[in-house]
Amino acid sequence: MNWQAIRAIYVFEMSRFFRTLLQSFVSPVISTSLYFVVFGAAIGSRIDQVEGVSYGAFIVPGLIMLSVMTQAISNASFGIYFPKFIGTIYELLSAPINFLEIVLGYVGAAATKALFIGIVILGTSALFVDLTIQHPVAMLLFLVLTCLSFSLFGFIIGIWAGNFEQLQLIPLLVVTPLVFLGGSFYSISMLPPIWQTISFFNPVVYLVSGFRWSFFGLADVPIALSLLAIAGFTMLCLGIIWWIFKTGWRIRQ
Amino acid sequence: MPMVQISNVHKAFADGFEALKGASLDIHEGEILALLGPNGAGKTTLISTICGITQPTSGAITVGGHDVVTEYRGARSLVGLVPQEINLEPFERVINTVRFSRGLFGKPKDDALLERILRQLSLWDKKDNRIMELSGGMKRRVLIAKALAHEPRVLFLDEPTAGVDVELRRDMWDIVAGLKEAGVTIILTTHYIEEAEAIADRIAVINKGEILLVEEKTALMTRLGQKELRIELHDPVTELPAPLADRGLRIEEDGQVLVYTYDTTQDRTGIATLIREVSEAGLVLRDLQTRQNSLEDIFVGLVSKQEDAA
Repeated sequence: MNWQAIRAIYVFEMSRFFRTLLQSFVSPVISTSLYFVVFGAAIGSRIDQVEGVSYGAFIVPGLIMLSVMTQAISNASFGIYFPKFIGTIYELLSAPINFLEIVLGYVGAAATKALFIGIVILGTSALFVDLTIQHPVAMLLFLVLTCLSFSLFGFIIGIWAGNFEQLQLIPLLVVTPLVFLGGSFYSISMLPPIWQTISFFNPVVYLVSGFRWSFFGLADVPIALSLLAIAGFTMLCLGIIWWIFKTGWRIRQ
Repeated sequence: MPMVQISNVHKAFADGFEALKGASLDIHEGEILALLGPNGAGKTTLISTICGITQPTSGAITVGGHDVVTEYRGARSLVGLVPQEINLEPFERVINTVRFSRGLFGKPKDDALLERILRQLSLWDKKDNRIMELSGGMKRRVLIAKALAHEPRVLFLDEPTAGVDVELRRDMWDIVAGLKEAGVTIILTTHYIEEAEAIADRIAVINKGEILLVEEKTALMTRLGQKELRIELHDPVTELPAPLADRGLRIEEDGQVLVYTYDTTQDRTGIATLIREVSEAGLVLRDLQTRQNSLEDIFVGLVSKQEDAA
């Protein structure tokens, strides 16, 4: 294992994050505050409670998930797409490193950034609503696993993308709708039965549900199923990346 | 054991283009090898295949005895590459990109070494500048610094002096000479034949994906070299006198000079006979001059011979 290389990639990627620290920090704080103003104060005042939890608190896990998923994808996809775009990928390809080391470096850095933003949002939320976390270890586990798996997914998108438009395509057209329809701002049980059934085909439902369970102890789907879903998604992404590097798809001719 | 051994390497791209057609080449430890060839000859593809940027379709390459596909870690950790294109992250600082390169190749942090490299390349003052603030020549220096940062035993320079100012070219050759002294094997591709002539120990000529020839530079130049004998006359002639008509002489400079081309490898060059015949024809010699063919002439001769054969 070339630990120096993993470290070098990680440090290099994180330095981009620190260069834009203010932007990285301020933008999630502002957007979270906006969500609280709109959903928490304006709409939430008309919705008393969801399953015994105040609406303001109820949306916190979904809000964190929304940002963490989109940030993980955009950081990881940009991280590997940019070297392809400007040609510096030659160095990665000619270095004595294997796919696992490249992935650990890039995905590790993207996941760290997403985790940082997730924690910032959690902190901002605590300023607006009373939060209790019933299962802190499970909460952290879900958060880290989501950061990791969506960074892996972003990494795949970054390798697949042939231009900047394609880089935005999947996050905009697939991920954002899935997150919004995945019970981030409502409980699946609030939906008519037919939409409940449809929702169970949305993988994000399992993540948001599991994450919310770690806060309030209530879930739309069994917690084991949530864990299984996220483990499965991680394995799927890893498998695809392994195949990409084995065949050299879109990177090594 | 050659430092780099290339055995019958073929490379066909997805679109069917065959960039390498059975290239074979041994590169010895510590030598400077110039890889000469016209555009599209396969120079960059060959280098990319050795460095791991592309995979060979068939054939084998070893670096320091390590196969570049199956034992890529051993092979690649020996190799440094200075690419032809200026590929750098524009927003990054010079020192960070150089540190990154060293780490990527698994080498522990060594800021003293990086300082030496950056000073040698006149980049130390610019170490905290962003890449995008640098001039084209400076960016090329950064590429070299990146390749040297991980102390390669084999260094590939792909067209290092294309579009580079005189100062950088001189610095670059100083560095190359220093690396050679340290025992580093250097392979450079170039269009500038004078450059290969000036700096290389051996020269390989590649065209259409095949290595046409590899030879010691001096041996190559004498073996394939033709010489010209220029006979300056006292009085100009308008046409050759009868006995000289079939000797293949060329009249130049308004009849003032007769040019005779001969092969130095032949037993009899025919110079003595020619000079006697010139005197017998009643022409008065003023001066004699011989000129060795340049590498360029040899190169053009080889490539056109291959084209004739095809």
